Amino acid sequence: MAKMTMVQALNLALRQEMEKDDRVIVLGEDVGRDGGVFRVTDGLIDMFGERRVLDTPLAESGIVGMAVGMAAYGLKPVAEMQFSGFIYEAFHQIESHAARLRNRSQGRYHVPLVVRAPYAGGVRALEHHSESREVYFAHTPGLKMVIPSGPRNARALLLAAIRDPDPVIFFEPKSIYRAFREDVPDEAEVLPIGKSVTAREGKDITLIAYGAMLRPTLEAAEKLKAEDGVEAEVIDLLTISPLDDALFTESARKTGRVVVVHEAHRSFGPGAEIVSRLIEKSFWYLEAPIKRVTGFDIIFPLFAREQAYLPGVERILTAARETLAV
Amino acid sequence: MPRKVLELPYQVLYLSILDEDGNVDADLDPDLPAEMLLRLHRAMLLGRRFDERMLKLQRQGRIGTFAPIKGQEAAQVGPVAVLRDSDWMIPAFRETAGELMRGRSMESVLLYFGGYDEGGYVPEGINNFPISVPVGSQMLHAVGVAWGLQHDGKDDVAMTFFGDGATSQGDFHEALNFAGVWQVPAVFVCQNNQWAISIPRAKQTAAQTLAQKALAYGVRGIQVDGNDILAMVVAAQEAVERARAGEGPTLIEAVTYRMSLHTTADDPKRYRTDDEVETWEARDPITRFQVYLKAKGLLDDAQIAALEEEVEAEIQAVVARTEAQMAEPVDPLTMFDYTYAEPSPYLLEQKEELRRELGA
Repeated sequence: MAKMTMVQALNLALRQEMEKDDRVIVLGEDVGRDGGVFRVTDGLIDMFGERRVLDTPLAESGIVGMAVGMAAYGLKPVAEMQFSGFIYEAFHQIESHAARLRNRSQGRYHVPLVVRAPYAGGVRALEHHSESREVYFAHTPGLKMVIPSGPRNARALLLAAIRDPDPVIFFEPKSIYRAFREDVPDEAEVLPIGKSVTAREGKDITLIAYGAMLRPTLEAAEKLKAEDGVEAEVIDLLTISPLDDALFTESARKTGRVVVVHEAHRSFGPGAEIVSRLIEKSFWYLEAPIKRVTGFDIIFPLFAREQAYLPGVERILTAARETLAV
Repeated sequence: MPRKVLELPYQVLYLSILDEDGNVDADLDPDLPAEMLLRLHRAMLLGRRFDERMLKLQRQGRIGTFAPIKGQEAAQVGPVAVLRDSDWMIPAFRETAGELMRGRSMESVLLYFGGYDEGGYVPEGINNFPISVPVGSQMLHAVGVAWGLQHDGKDDVAMTFFGDGATSQGDFHEALNFAGVWQVPAVFVCQNNQWAISIPRAKQTAAQTLAQKALAYGVRGIQVDGNDILAMVVAAQEAVERARAGEGPTLIEAVTYRMSLHTTADDPKRYRTDDEVETWEARDPITRFQVYLKAKGLLDDAQIAALEEEVEAEIQAVVARTEAQMAEPVDPLTMFDYTYAEPSPYLLEQKEELRRELGA
C-alpha cells in the first residue's frame, strides 16, 4: 500500500501488467524516452525496452490502426492519445474497425485494445485540450468507455481494461492526475468494467457523477448535510458504456430525487441516457423532475472562462436544492 | 555549395515479363513449375467466372451490391500465390480471386454479399482478415500484424491490398510511414485499376507513378504490369522474400484495369469511353496467359474447354447449395452475438425485447 497520484497509479498498472503479460505493448507519441507528456508511461521503456514501449510517428490514425492489427494478431496494445482532442484523427479506425472486427469476422478476430487519453477541462490548456466527448464512444456499439475518478480505481480499471477482450476507450480526467493521492494496494486489484459504485450513502437525493466531477459532487453532498441536513447518495459511474443502470436505479427508487453531473455538453450527453434509463425503470418512484448539471452546449472556452463553464460545487448545490424543494 | 541535387539511393523499378500478346521475355521468364502455372491459371479463371456469375446473381436480385474484379485477376492471384498458409492477407473489397486462392470459400463470398453476416466469418487456420470497406483503412492493420510477426521473430509476412484511390487517403501515408520506420515484413499491393469510381488515376495524384510514393518512406517501390501474371508472381516473390529476410516492406503498384463496374450500383458509361475499355480488353490477363501456356505445351483448347466446364460445375454447385441455405428462415437474434465477448445486461434486455416481438 502506497500513497499515489493517479499518474503514478496508472503507471503502476501498466508496469505490473507488462511484467505479468508479455503480450502487452504500449505505444503512442512520446511514451518512450519522454515517458508521455503527463509521465504516465514514465520509466517503462527502461524496464521493458523499445519493443514493448513504442515511440510512434506523430499520427493518431496510424497508432490506433496499427494497434487494431496488433490486437487482431494476438497482442494486447495499450495506445496513448496525447490528448482526447486529437483522438478524432483515429476515430475512423476506432469506429470502423476496432469496434467492428469481432462482429465483422463473426468472432474469428477480436480487438483487445485499450486507447488511453487524458480528457476534460480544468488545467488552463489550449484549444482542443479540455473537451469531454465521451458520448462519441459510448454511442458506438462494440466499444467500452471507462472513466476513473481517483488513483485507486484508475489503477484497478486500467488493469481490467487491458485484460478485457474488447476495445476499451479509457479517458483519464487530467485535472485530477496529480490533484490528490490515495492509498493504492501493492498487489494487483481489478474493478469490473460495467459496474458503478456508491461513493457516499444517503437517503434523500441521488447525485450521479464520474471522473473529475466526483469530488465537487461529494463536496456538495457534505454541504447539503452540514447546511440543509440532507443525506445525499453519490453514485460514481466509473464505466460510461456499458452503463450500469442497476445501481442508480436502486438509489433513485430509494431517494426519488436525482441530479446528474458531468462536464460533457448537455444535449445528447451522458445525462440524456442516464435520465432515459431512470424514466424507463424508476419513473413511478420519482418525486421531482431530474436535473442535469453539465457543461454548456458551446465550444469549450479558453481558460479565462473555463471555471464558469465547468460544473462546480455551487451549481450542483443549486440543482440539488431545487430538486429537493419540489 | 548551397544548392545541389541530393543523390538519393532510390529508384522506381518496373517489371513486365509477358506482353499483351502473350510473348514472353525469355531472360525474365521465371520458368515456374508446370503445376504452379496451371494453379495460377485455374485460380484466375475461377475468379473470372465466379465474378461473372455473381454479377448475374446481383442483376437478378439474388445477392446484393459487390465490387467486381474482372480484369484484375493476375494482380491479385499472383501476389497471393507466393504466400504460405502462415502468412497473412489483409484485403480491401476487390480481391475475390485472391481471397478464394487463400482458402476463402465461394459460399462465404456469396453469403456475405447475399446479406448474411455469417459470410464474414474466417475459419481458424486461414490468416485472412475479412474484407474492409472504408477505402485504404486496412493497410494500417497489415502494419500491426507485420509488427507482431517481427516482434515474435517469425518469418511470415502480412500482405495487404488496396486501389489507386486509396493512395490519396491519409491512412496510406501513415501505413507506409509506420512500415518504413520499423521496416516491418509487409507487402503493400496497390491494384491501380485506373479508376476510383469516376475519378481517373491522373486526377488522383500528379505523381508519375504510385510506386514512387514508397520511396519517400524509405520503402521499396516497384511498378508492375498488373495484367502479367508472371511479372506479378516475380515481383511479389521478391517482396515476400525480402520481408521474410528482415529487409523490410515493399509497395507493388500493379498497373491493371477495372474492366467491369466499381460496384454493381455503378454505371461507368457516365465517365469513361468504350474505346478505353476495348483497349484494355486486348490486354486481358487470362487471354495472354493462355497463349503462354499453350506455347509451353501445358494447355490446349480442349483442356481449356474441360476446365471451363469443371469450373462452371463447381460454381453451380456452390450457388445451388448457398441459395438453399439462404432460403432457410434466418434467426435475427444472432445479430446480437458478436458485438462483445460478453453482452451487457441492457443489450440482453434489447435482445429479449426483439425475441418477444418476434414471438420466438
